[in-house]
Amino acid sequence: MSVTDYTPTIDTGGPAQPLLTVNHLRKYFPVRGGILGRTQAQVQAVDGVSFAVAKGETLGIVGESGCGKSTTAKLLIGLTEKDAGEIIFDGHALGERLSLKDLRRSVQMVFQDSYATLNPRMTILASVAFGARVQGLEDPEGLARKMMDRVGLDPNRFAHRYPHELSGGQRQRVNIARALAMSPRLVVLDEAVSALDKSVEAQVLNLLSDLRAEFGLTYIFISHDLNVVRYISDRILVMYLGEVVEIAPVDSIWQEQAHPYTRSLFSAMPSMDPDNRTQTPPLAGDPPNPIDPPKGCRFHTRCRFASDVCKAKTPSLAGLARNQAHQVACHLYDSTSGHPQAGQGIPA
Amino acid sequence: MKLLDISNLSVKFSGKRTVHAINNVSLSMEQGETLALLGESGSGKSVTLKALLGLLPPKRTQIDGQVHVNGTDVLGLKGKALQKYRGGEVSMVFQEPALALDPVYTVGHQIAESVMRHKGIDKANAMATALDMLDRVRIPSANRRLHNYPHELSGGMRQRVMIALALACKPKLLLADEPTTALDATVQIQILLLLRELQKEFGMGVIFVTHDIGVAVEISERVAVMYAGQIAEEGTTREIIRDPRHPYTQGLLAANLHDVARGARLNAIPGAPPALESKPDSCAFAPRCPVAMPECRAALPPVFEPGPRRRVACLRANEPIAAE
Repeated sequence: MSVTDYTPTIDTGGPAQPLLTVNHLRKYFPVRGGILGRTQAQVQAVDGVSFAVAKGETLGIVGESGCGKSTTAKLLIGLTEKDAGEIIFDGHALGERLSLKDLRRSVQMVFQDSYATLNPRMTILASVAFGARVQGLEDPEGLARKMMDRVGLDPNRFAHRYPHELSGGQRQRVNIARALAMSPRLVVLDEAVSALDKSVEAQVLNLLSDLRAEFGLTYIFISHDLNVVRYISDRILVMYLGEVVEIAPVDSIWQEQAHPYTRSLFSAMPSMDPDNRTQTPPLAGDPPNPIDPPKGCRFHTRCRFASDVCKAKTPSLAGLARNQAHQVACHLYDSTSGHPQAGQGIPA
Repeated sequence: MKLLDISNLSVKFSGKRTVHAINNVSLSMEQGETLALLGESGSGKSVTLKALLGLLPPKRTQIDGQVHVNGTDVLGLKGKALQKYRGGEVSMVFQEPALALDPVYTVGHQIAESVMRHKGIDKANAMATALDMLDRVRIPSANRRLHNYPHELSGGMRQRVMIALALACKPKLLLADEPTTALDATVQIQILLLLRELQKEFGMGVIFVTHDIGVAVEISERVAVMYAGQIAEEGTTREIIRDPRHPYTQGLLAANLHDVARGARLNAIPGAPPALESKPDSCAFAPRCPVAMPECRAALPPVFEPGPRRRVACLRANEPIAAE
């Protein structure tokens, strides 16, 4: 594979225009029950999520299960239909100047379960060439062979094998090749390395870094492993119960987590120091059910600093005084919020 | 008396494919010790636990070697004696509590059943023990939770119930098979700290199987690193973290990304673990090893013992610093 075989869609807005902008994205899943199958409740999976990804940037999304990170990913490529909100790819809004098919030419996804996402009855070559064929690209099989070679799978050895004949790491390489065969500009990686053994994970991370540099890719990298996200990302977005609570450049958030939830999430990381092990858990209990999330700030039920205003009013994202690029949704940082410690941040 | 003494344990599965899952593993533990078995999928860590509980299917498994727990010959146990041993002397916490708990009985009932079986007390007393256990694993409003079914509990809560069930009969040895892998980060650390407290409180030995080196550091005093059904390296957690001698352990530590510079090229271990269709007759890690020599591919590596209860199965372990 050489750069000339990589034929992404044309950059229309120039480097200053974000590659992807998401505004107020919302998705509720109905919970049906009873004899008539009526909707009895709604899982508020994604609620008012907005962010932008610059060209060539890698945005990491972290959060616990049920926080809506995977649903967000699926909404981005139209695998799940959004209830409300805007998806703008390089200046073109989805549904207006951009069709779903065009979007999928430019945005591809790699999933966690490398086995479930490959058709067991299709050879590796057929799987990798499939998308390119659907999009009507020229010589899909030749393209697939080149891409397989590029991700480290010798096409002569692997082209005619089936998914069950490959190891987990090899299958994930197939998935990456399949995504890249379309020459996308944005790749959404949803826990793409989480199921791999640590030693294999490092190989795949190296591959992803190389491909990003070679083809000028933009990544959205979803993971629960903060170390992996730090390693690969430029900025990190933290989600809690369907909402964005913090978004910041990696170095800034690593230095100081502004949101109390982010801070807990970071302190929950194993210490890696046998002489200085973690002594108290940062949070008690499990995350609440997204079917009926708490009112106001959704984190207030587990937050040490919660006051009355947190139960009543939903905080909105705003830049920190020390760094406007570091945004947090917490009343502690808004001097007009009415929180007793408003404007002071997390007490020392 | 030693809590656990495994000598030259080998486990071979036959059937459609032959797999030499464990090859000549020897391992011992003192009373009240915590040991992490660290390894990747297929390294034999879970099989070791299953062998300790006699859970391997007898028809397709060939087991050689000796396993003694508190002097009892585990591999020779049958029938009533095996039942008494399982859940009494040694018990286990599984990765997926949702699958390990019975969905049609309340959690109180399940804990009480185990206590009644092993201690021979009546149901009322057994339920009282169950309540006490739920309290000890810090389940809020335990009285109400006693009558809940597993599906009514959250993942973290279910794992607490699983631990209560495993500890109800005060085992001498607790086996934990990746008990926090399926949990969220903020819940995982709660369960790890709970297990650490309970281990002190009950004074039992714990074998904790994990693929996550960070989890091993939080939970255990000692670590045994497994690769291809063998023990590559063993020592205290401090020794393994601060002074890893086996190239595989070094690779695993590097792959943790704990303090890798952002964007720097990762020192990945190339290739994949062996399939173990035949018993390794040379160093199983040699094909992936950055410092392998021809001798490594010729014979099984010697086991160096740089200190008491410290060992490294590597030909080059006695060299001052292994080359990168």
